[in-house]
Amino acid sequence: MSELRGYLRSDGRKGIRNVVAVAYLVECAHHVAREIALPWRENEVHAIGFPGCYPNAYADRMMERLCTHPNVGAVLLVSLGCESFNKYALERAVRASGRPVKTIVIQGTGGTRASIRQGRAWVEEQRLALDAAETVPMAVSELVIGTVCGGSDGTSGITGNPAAGRAFDQLIAEGAACIFEETGELIGCEHIMAARAVTPELGRVLEGSVAKAARYYATLGYGSFAAGNAEGGLSTIEEKSMGAYAKSGASPISGLLKPGDVPPRGGLYLLDVVPDGEVRFGFPNINDNAEIAELIACGAHCVLFVTGRGSVVGSAISPVVKICANPETYRRMSEDMDVDAGRILEGRAGLDEVGTEIRDLVVSLAQGARTKSEELGHQEFILTYKSFEPLGPACLPAT
Amino acid sequence: MSHDPRLILLDPRDNVLVARQRLAAGETIATGAGSGTTDTAIALAHKVARSAIAAGDKILKYGAPIGVATQAVAAGAHVHVHNMRSDYTPTHHLEDERKAGAAS
Repeated sequence: MSELRGYLRSDGRKGIRNVVAVAYLVECAHHVAREIALPWRENEVHAIGFPGCYPNAYADRMMERLCTHPNVGAVLLVSLGCESFNKYALERAVRASGRPVKTIVIQGTGGTRASIRQGRAWVEEQRLALDAAETVPMAVSELVIGTVCGGSDGTSGITGNPAAGRAFDQLIAEGAACIFEETGELIGCEHIMAARAVTPELGRVLEGSVAKAARYYATLGYGSFAAGNAEGGLSTIEEKSMGAYAKSGASPISGLLKPGDVPPRGGLYLLDVVPDGEVRFGFPNINDNAEIAELIACGAHCVLFVTGRGSVVGSAISPVVKICANPETYRRMSEDMDVDAGRILEGRAGLDEVGTEIRDLVVSLAQGARTKSEELGHQEFILTYKSFEPLGPACLPAT
Repeated sequence: MSHDPRLILLDPRDNVLVARQRLAAGETIATGAGSGTTDTAIALAHKVARSAIAAGDKILKYGAPIGVATQAVAAGAHVHVHNMRSDYTPTHHLEDERKAGAAS
C-alpha cells in the first residue's frame, strides 16, 4: 500500500489538500469571490465566507480556523469595504500561520471587474506555487475525521451509521482523532453516552450539552428532524437519535469540543454545535452543511456523511465521503455515493466489512484518491450567526 | 419462534420490527411473538408492531424507548407518526396528497 502524504504547515499539522480559499467577508462580496474562484472550480480553489454585516465572535473564529485549516495553502480575502467583519485581524492571523494572504477591497479597487481581475491574477500565482509544493509522509494518527448524518431514514441507524462507527473505532485505534456531533440528534442517548466518557465530570458535561440542545430545540418548536426523515420511516427525534448515536462507535469519549476547537490528541470527541446562553439567532444549524463547516473548523481533514434519503452535498476545504445507508437510494444515486452500506440490510456484507471499507477510503484520501462529491464539483459552504462560551475545565480531561 | 426474514429485530426487548424490504398491505407475517397482519403497504425501514401495543405504551427500538403509542396498535400494523409520538419534540412531516392512502 502506498504511504499517506500531506502538506506540512507551520503549526505542525498536515493537509491532505492544498486549497486556495477565496473568502468573502460579507454577502455583498460573495459574487466577486465566486467569480474569482470560477476558472479553478475543478482545481482546488474554493469560495467560503460569512454573509452577515454585523460582527460575531463565533464567525470570526470559524473564518480564522477555516482559513488556517491544514487543507488550505493560501487565502484571498474579499471585502466590500464597509462591512463590520474584522478583515485586518483575519489577514494578520492567516499571515502569522505562514500562508500567503491578500485582501481585496472592492470599494478600493474600483468595483466588480477590477476586483475579479486582481483576484484571479493573485490566485493564478498561488495555484502555480501550490501545485509545485512538496508533500511529506503522514501517519493515520495525524488525521482528524468528522462524521455527520443527513437525509437520515430508517436504514441509517442500522447500516451506515454503525458502519461509520466501526470505521471510527479502527481509526481511533490507529491514533486518529474522530469527531461526532449534533447534540440535538443525541436526545434520548445522553445517559448511555455519558457512561462512555473518560471521566465522570466529562460525562456530566456530555449530558449537559444534550440537555441544552433539548431546551434549545423545544424553544424553537422543532426538533432536528426534517419531513423526509419521517417519510423514510423515522417517527420521532429519539428514534433518529438512537440511529445517529451509532456513528460514534464504541470507543471511550475523550472530550467535548465546540466549533473551532481542534482535538488535542487522538481519540473520540463530541462536538457541541448548539449555542450557549439564551436562544438567539435561530436554529443551531440551518442545514447539514453548517455542521460540516463546523467539523472542518475543528481541523477535520475529511467528513464521513451518512445518508439514507440521498444527500448529494460535498464541502469547500475538506472532502466529504458519502456513505449510503439505504440500498434503494444507492441504486438510484450511486454516482453520488462512495460507500454502499445498504448492502448490509440485504445480507450482502457485514458491519465490520463496510467499516473497514470506510477506514480504507479515508486513508486513500491522503494517497491521492478523491471522493464522488469532489469529482462532481460539490463545494457547499454556509456560515451563520451563533454564540458560544469557551470550553470548561472538564471538557478536555488530561489522560 | 422466529420472525419473518423480511423483518429485523434490532434488540430482544423491542416491540417493533423493521422492514428490510417492502411489504404489501394485508400480508400475514410471523412476528416472533405470534403472527400479525400488515394494515398498509410497509416501505423499506419502516416499523411494524411485533405484538399488540396499548395506547400509552412505550415504543421500544434498539432496546430503547423512541416514543409512546397514541392509540392501540395491532400486531403487524405499521407503527409511525399516525399512532405514536415523541416524548421530546413533535415530529414535523409533510403529507403528499398525490399519494394519499399509499405508503411510498
